[in-house]
Amino acid sequence: MKVGEMVNFIIDGKKVEAEEGATVLQVARANNIAIPTLCCHESVAPSGACRLCVVEVKKGKRTRIVTSCLYPVDEGIVVDTKTERVLNVRKLVMQLLMARCPESDVLKDMAKEMGVEPQPAFHPETDKGKCVLCRLCVKACEDVVGVNAIGLAGRGKKKAVGPPYMEDSKTCIGCGACAYICPTEHILMESTNGKRKIWGRTFKMQACDKCGRYFAPVDQLKFISDKTGTPMSELAVCISCK
Amino acid sequence: MSKINTLEDLNKAAKRGLEAIIPSKTKIMVGMGTSGIASGAQAVYDALAEEIKKRKLDIILSKTGAMGMDCIEPLIDVVQPNKPRLAYSKMTAKKVPEVIDQIVKGAINGNKPAYRMDEEEFICLNENKPYLKGPVPKDLEGIPKIKEVNFYKKQMKLATRNCGMINYESIDEYIAKGGYISLFKALTKMKPEEIIEEIIASGLRGRGGGGFPAGVKWQTCRRAHGDIKYVICNGDEGDPGAYMDRSVMEVDPHSVIEGMIIGAFAIGSGQGFIYVRNEYPLAVANLQRAINQAREYGFLGKNILNSGFDFDLKISKGAGAFVCGESTALMTSLEGKAGEPRAKYIHTVEHGLWDRPSNLNNVETWANVPAIISRGAKWFSSIGCKNNSGTKVFCLVGKINNIGMVEVPMGIPLKEIIYDIGGGIPGGKKYKAVQTGGPSGGCLPDNLINISVDFDSLWEAGSMMGSGGMIVMDETTCMVDIARYFIDFLEFESCGKCVPCREGVQRMNEILQDICNGKGKKGDVELLESMAQGIVDVALCALGSTAPNPVLSTLKYFRDEYVAHVRDKKCPAGVCKALIRFSISEEKCTGCGVCLKKCPTECISGEKKKTHVIDQTKCIKCGVCKESCKFDAIIVE
Repeated sequence: MKVGEMVNFIIDGKKVEAEEGATVLQVARANNIAIPTLCCHESVAPSGACRLCVVEVKKGKRTRIVTSCLYPVDEGIVVDTKTERVLNVRKLVMQLLMARCPESDVLKDMAKEMGVEPQPAFHPETDKGKCVLCRLCVKACEDVVGVNAIGLAGRGKKKAVGPPYMEDSKTCIGCGACAYICPTEHILMESTNGKRKIWGRTFKMQACDKCGRYFAPVDQLKFISDKTGTPMSELAVCISCK
Repeated sequence: MSKINTLEDLNKAAKRGLEAIIPSKTKIMVGMGTSGIASGAQAVYDALAEEIKKRKLDIILSKTGAMGMDCIEPLIDVVQPNKPRLAYSKMTAKKVPEVIDQIVKGAINGNKPAYRMDEEEFICLNENKPYLKGPVPKDLEGIPKIKEVNFYKKQMKLATRNCGMINYESIDEYIAKGGYISLFKALTKMKPEEIIEEIIASGLRGRGGGGFPAGVKWQTCRRAHGDIKYVICNGDEGDPGAYMDRSVMEVDPHSVIEGMIIGAFAIGSGQGFIYVRNEYPLAVANLQRAINQAREYGFLGKNILNSGFDFDLKISKGAGAFVCGESTALMTSLEGKAGEPRAKYIHTVEHGLWDRPSNLNNVETWANVPAIISRGAKWFSSIGCKNNSGTKVFCLVGKINNIGMVEVPMGIPLKEIIYDIGGGIPGGKKYKAVQTGGPSGGCLPDNLINISVDFDSLWEAGSMMGSGGMIVMDETTCMVDIARYFIDFLEFESCGKCVPCREGVQRMNEILQDICNGKGKKGDVELLESMAQGIVDVALCALGSTAPNPVLSTLKYFRDEYVAHVRDKKCPAGVCKALIRFSISEEKCTGCGVCLKKCPTECISGEKKKTHVIDQTKCIKCGVCKESCKFDAIIVE
């Protein structure tokens, strides 16, 4: 089968047609079928880390649970997004995440929507903040911004996101892409009085040559200037004044 | 060394090798695999070298690996012209002068060999070569033949055919055993498709644990689109108590290398990688030496054996993550990134290492390939049982008399491994269970002792073949504690990428710890069960989705032990400290005072020849009293 060819399959009892290479999640969303996700974002490649988007797929004789964000659609498959098995595993994942990040309002709201209560047998964590390790921040920094200022360190329950050795990152440009993409508002970014604080570093903000508004960290503009060859003087104007 | 281009060149190397294997003068081989070195083989080797030098003896000293019976190491094998090969077990540096005396005088006195070998099997050549012509000398008749030793009687060595048989530093000895003849056959007489057909027909299934038909995998990889393809050897053996792959890589590295070259030719790959954990320094060193030798002989590099086929191999060292034994995590690690698995909805044979078609097999699978090519699929598939051809290597460890590495035909009843080969349970204790398949395998209870040991039967019983660890447990093992131990291991080794494995296994561990600490609550067992099922369903990789297996299989077969812990607050095996109490039997105690002296907290009191008493407030339940009591007077309940 060539890429670009259409495949026919069934999702939640509905016959659908989709382009080969698309994921089940993309097709579900295009057909107004809601599937919860935390680690999926259109700007970066899916990783399958959060496991909330699981669905049941029947292919031939085999029925199994797959992550819809990664599973490519195929001719003749039967997808069910809300079987008991699917809802049970989503419930488990949600309860595990709520125990990890008991303070997260985003998780609380999602759980409410999914009808999931916290599991009392899981002792809530106190040191993980609101980070669910979805790795969107890392991927945005790596693949979209291209500075690799943050990464994942450690493994298992000690895995954490941060700059190398959790020290001030020399390569961070303070762009804040990580904070914008974070689904649980774990990454703190403060911008006041011409300064921006993120990942423990303070960045000087550039004031717009025309309106005087602080609109971007100087380091970010320098990075763009280096990368594109645009002189800094041309970058010192905010988007509204351009 | 010069390049080997023709069969004649290969035969010349084989002749040199054979002269080294069965030499015309005395040779002493020391088992210098990691198991031998750990038992003190280096000191034995050094003492032998010194003694030979001191006495100016014309004796060849060489290094070989272990044949498997690790419990009798350090082991030395003595080969003398026209005599059976003799194995001396549990050698020490102190015994060396005596043994050298025996060898020089040719008389057995004092140090009796453990077994003798009148001939040696050359699997790939389908022949046995004798160590002696004529009858066995009278004084050696009483020494059992290796095949008469219970440990070896039911074994069949294919993948480990050269372990303990050849000098692992010598490529010529490997060639003499029929090595690289298969490569010659494959490259000069067979088409790639024919090789794949042969492997498919042999029924060889992946020995890393998955049991997927190796030939089908090769075929899919050959047919996958892409000019650049890779073959990979998974040598990241990480299961506690399993060291089959280490042994093969250390003491017969060429069998893996030859298998990989044949596989690469069949698949159409020009580059291979051997991924070995860095905790195996001897394996890394011996593989590297073997790769260099193979390059010098022209088995690796450009235009191998004038066939026009180019292939080379590189070793990549793992940094100590269990998860890197999982194929996608291994490939991510090979790419230079942190070893995390990826979804396998698109198979690695199509999109693997650097997104290119990649065929990964484990050490044992590769090591079987040369034997299959030389002896044929029909021969290989005649060994073993239905859908499970060939043999499997296991490491028999734990509460078992004969600890060691064994290779048996597939389908052998478990009982024969435990009792006939393993010699049963030490100390007159009762057999309780065997854990197969590593941490994420399962525990099989005594009523499954007759189970056929093959991929499918083990899977059906709720365990798995895994890579071949076999941990035997006796009645003093608490199955809840065992589940906790393995879950703890898996929590530590979880890469942390996906939620169910990272968070879920941690939560299961917490619940299990509570149960073992006497804090188990009603509903805990049911919660464990439902979590386990959920994690099996939803985890990203094979490590995660099999992580709950220790809990699932112990719940399946030993649920009453969980109930005893949670409901009755008792540990029937007497292991979980919070749930046990030590006391002294009035009937049995003789008042000898041994326990009183040994107790580290001085909590035992009593007059001589009168029943002693344990002060429960000071007892730390260390069990020293029980171990030291000769009258079995310590009660654990």
